[in-house]
Amino acid sequence: MIQQITNSLYDQFIADFELRSILSSSSETGELHIIRESAFEHFKKLGFPNTKVEDWKYVNLTPFLNEDFITEPEDEIPTINDDEIAKAKIKSLDCYHLVLVNGQYHSNLSDPIAGENVFVSSISAAVNEPAFKAHFGKYIALEKNNFAALNTALFNDGLFIEIKNKTVIDKPIHVIHIISTDNNLFIQPRHLIVIGPHAELSIIESYITAGSKANIFVNNVSEIVVSEQAHLQHYYIQGGNENTRYIHHTEVVQHTSSLYNNYKASFPGTGLLRNNLNVVLDGENIESHLYGLYLAAGKQVIDNHTIVDHLKPHCHSNELYKGVMKDEAVAIFNGKIFVRKDAQKTNAFQKNNNLMLSKKAVVDSKPQLEIFADDVKCSHGSTIGQFNEDALFYLKARGIGEEKAKALLVHAFAYDVTEKIPLPAVQAHINHLIEEGLK
Amino acid sequence: MISIKNLRASIEGKEILRGVNLEVKAGEIHAIMGPNGSGKSTLAAVLAGNENYEVTSGEVSFEGKNLLEMAPEIRAREGVFLAFQYPVEIPGVSNINFLRTAMNEIRTYRNLPTMESKEFLRLVKEKQKLVEFDAALTNRSLNEGFSGGEKKRNEIFQLAMLDPKLAVLDETDSGLDIDALRIVSKGVNKLRSEKNAFIIITHYQRLLDYIVPDYVHVLYNGQIAKTGGKDLALELEEKGYDWLKETSQEKELA
Repeated sequence: MIQQITNSLYDQFIADFELRSILSSSSETGELHIIRESAFEHFKKLGFPNTKVEDWKYVNLTPFLNEDFITEPEDEIPTINDDEIAKAKIKSLDCYHLVLVNGQYHSNLSDPIAGENVFVSSISAAVNEPAFKAHFGKYIALEKNNFAALNTALFNDGLFIEIKNKTVIDKPIHVIHIISTDNNLFIQPRHLIVIGPHAELSIIESYITAGSKANIFVNNVSEIVVSEQAHLQHYYIQGGNENTRYIHHTEVVQHTSSLYNNYKASFPGTGLLRNNLNVVLDGENIESHLYGLYLAAGKQVIDNHTIVDHLKPHCHSNELYKGVMKDEAVAIFNGKIFVRKDAQKTNAFQKNNNLMLSKKAVVDSKPQLEIFADDVKCSHGSTIGQFNEDALFYLKARGIGEEKAKALLVHAFAYDVTEKIPLPAVQAHINHLIEEGLK
Repeated sequence: MISIKNLRASIEGKEILRGVNLEVKAGEIHAIMGPNGSGKSTLAAVLAGNENYEVTSGEVSFEGKNLLEMAPEIRAREGVFLAFQYPVEIPGVSNINFLRTAMNEIRTYRNLPTMESKEFLRLVKEKQKLVEFDAALTNRSLNEGFSGGEKKRNEIFQLAMLDPKLAVLDETDSGLDIDALRIVSKGVNKLRSEKNAFIIITHYQRLLDYIVPDYVHVLYNGQIAKTGGKDLALELEEKGYDWLKETSQEKELA
């Protein structure tokens, strides 16, 4: 195949899978094993994508994948001190903390969440749960998602959360994903979040790297199910160091009259950050809001691919991504909206705005709309601009120094997104990270 | 307080100020009048440090320091304030946060401690009352949704808060109805003291009915063509700027 990278890592995964099939097929359910096998066939065919594939046109993965990686989970769990966890915590946010280290859930570092309608565990411990069986591996189109296919075939662990019928959790859940390793590592965490009918949850997921200098490649997949009348407020706060690379696939399925809001804030650090966020609106009267804010610096690459797929009538989706670009950073925004034939009376909006702080930064913005229904309201657009000189002069003329004036204007630019964040503590935390990121 | 000598400035290669001379002492109010395009707003912009204008020659000394060498924010911290003809709307920057940042930057520069929230809010209240500016400022973006008149009054309110040594009012009266004009003028009259000075740039004599200047200068063709007392404004109102053209031509001929 021309459109794939076959390298030693590819061969390594082929070998891993064969070994795995021999060793662990007995310990996992037959169903799961079938899912893994079928996913692996897809990966074998797809390999790793090169830049000739439309979806990967702007990101050359070769240098990131040609390193030596350990692909099996490490036996020794790295020790994480409380300081590292404390750094990721959100000031004055009353919440439950759940901690994952290199994709593995650590109940001893996490808060217990009381209530029989809430189920939190590692995903490997959840394979016999009805919700796992009903939803796991059911939604992602693996035939065109190289990394999700690989993850499905070879994931080791991750988080499983189920909020049952009509349950409203009293506090938000803050999931802290910590990456820490002394060896080059390729990890594949897998998460499943199921929000039952009429249930409500706010979940914040923070990503950090703790003091490791080795290269780490994280191929993360999250599947999220939002049932009828359920509400999910979902936050991503993405950080890390430059040796950390993320492929981050989030697949959301929404049912009738549900609400899903995603707030994603990405900050300087991680060398490569690719987010695939797909939301399928599979029911009527669904509402989805996707808010994104990326502040890219250094030689960082931040790539956001989103798909909003309207299958049924009377749904509303709104997407707003704002980017602030420093140094020689590269950002990609590729947003696709599908309005299927049955999805009459759809409202679907999408916007991407970018503020360039450096002449060497690059943004590729590609909003796309594909409409097959005839009675819809849709719009999309993107802008790339610089500081408003008049505003900058106005602030300076009041005694505000250049740096601070620019910071104020960046906050103002980001405000359309940050003001939407319903939790004030999270809003303040993100504003603080913007300030730090500008330094 | 400020001494402008033979100031020349241009924008995009076009010379607008062609040798302006002006002395302003503490406690004085100077009005600068003149027809459109005479360079009034350019003078204001150059004094505030707008980088779109290039100063080609001349000197400006403010309290003995070379103003032209200072960045715009340093000029503000030294005590120069420009009330903008067109105040900028900045969605996402709150009025209060903006003002507090400005105030603290200025205070830090002057080696004063930053102001406590409570004290700051008390001052906001006091000054709002002083300049009769009752628009809600908290939770509102800078100048966003303000009418033209409110924006101008916000400029005067900021002036009251920042308490500069020299305030330059650039056509603050334009676009104001008579009530707003009266309120703005009242504010300025309350703020004037023996320690500060005002340069009031205006197209019409109307404002000077309310704020009585010590001197009136007429800027024409990039130079101060005539200087007089407050009566000069009345004379201008009566005879129009055409009268100036004649005197200016005479001058050139001579």
